[in-house]
Amino acid sequence: MTTSIPAAAPPHRPLRDMTTEEIVGTGRPHRLTYHDGTSRTVLVTDLETSFPTGELIVSQTDTDGVITMCNEAFVLMSGWSRAELLGSPHAILRHPDMPRAAFADLWATVGSGRRWSGYVKNLRRDGGFYWVYATVIPKIRAGVILGHTSVRRQPSRRRVEAAEALYATMRSEENDASRVQP
Amino acid sequence: MRYRFAISPDVHARDLPTWFVLNTRLQRALGRPGRATVHDDFGALHRACAAGEVDLVYANAADTVELVREHGFLPVVRPREVADEAVVVVSATGPVTELDDVPDRLTVAATDAPDVERICRILLEPADLDAGAIDLTVLRNYVLVAKAVITGQVEAGFFLRRAHDNLSATTRGMLRPLISSRIHVVSHCLLLAPGLAELREPLRDFLHTLSRDPAEQSTLAELGAPHGWQPANEDDVEFMVDLMDALKQ
Repeated sequence: MTTSIPAAAPPHRPLRDMTTEEIVGTGRPHRLTYHDGTSRTVLVTDLETSFPTGELIVSQTDTDGVITMCNEAFVLMSGWSRAELLGSPHAILRHPDMPRAAFADLWATVGSGRRWSGYVKNLRRDGGFYWVYATVIPKIRAGVILGHTSVRRQPSRRRVEAAEALYATMRSEENDASRVQP
Repeated sequence: MRYRFAISPDVHARDLPTWFVLNTRLQRALGRPGRATVHDDFGALHRACAAGEVDLVYANAADTVELVREHGFLPVVRPREVADEAVVVVSATGPVTELDDVPDRLTVAATDAPDVERICRILLEPADLDAGAIDLTVLRNYVLVAKAVITGQVEAGFFLRRAHDNLSATTRGMLRPLISSRIHVVSHCLLLAPGLAELREPLRDFLHTLSRDPAEQSTLAELGAPHGWQPANEDDVEFMVDLMDALKQ
């Protein structure tokens, strides 16, 4: 039986650039900059992996967003090994098609102790992607926020199509805004 | 002081005698009297818990959220390698054969088991059915749920996987499982009222001994723990509570 295995996280592992050897097909390069100012190059393809019907993707992070636990579905869908995931920032899954504002809203919401739900396009290790409906809740023990629990489930295609359109508009606005800034 | 043991409404009627025998043996092991009560449905169980009339309960995951977070119940044990999965079924002769066939609105029959309802609603989300698109009829037991689906009173039924498997072969043959959960980490948990915390270790010791006795295999299977029990600690339960919380629509 597949089980979730809580584990003590190894030290925080910084993200590195993706390489052509790691991906399937020809990837388009994007430079992603994260909230802490670090950046890396990711290679993305149009290869979608279907969400495993009936399953949930579950993970936990510390308050810095570093993965401390993940289940088997998370490992399979992300394409990374469990050892690679534990200790890595959750942003390892960030896809360049996701607008920055969506994650800003996520962190602002869970940072204040509330739950956040939304549609997310995740990046796989092989450059492909998968869509999820994600819910993130604070992991509160003895009144203290120790991190966050994230549960991802299968979204409907209609909702995914609506999210794709919305996020494309948001990204366009973000790009316009960054162009007019001095 | 006499403890009050609530037997979960989702225990199959066939297995109820085993739960009463377990209670008799618990009284001997704990050295104190106890009374076991069968609640007809989850509404009755929830009212008894809210009234402080329950000291020991084998709770499903959704109720565990309430009992641990709101009433301070303590986790004792959970079944080893047994997960509570759910399944959405339709009529075997009906027009729906896969999720893509599900209409925009759906009539559903279910028991009032909160964990099963929550998981089955999640299972239907990929068909674009949110909470408002499901017309739910609550029935007293799974046999009535099966009958409602087979006779066409409703289009679908929500089942605990174990309850579906316990239906007769004939009944199961008239139903088609549409989608099943594979969550793996959600399970029932034996919970103890905080006022009886001193019983937690004796309870674990007794159930651990039971788990290791080859002569008790059929008893364990009838209690829903064919591989025995394992201690449930606060971290395990808090994780499950977070997960069930995240699945609220």
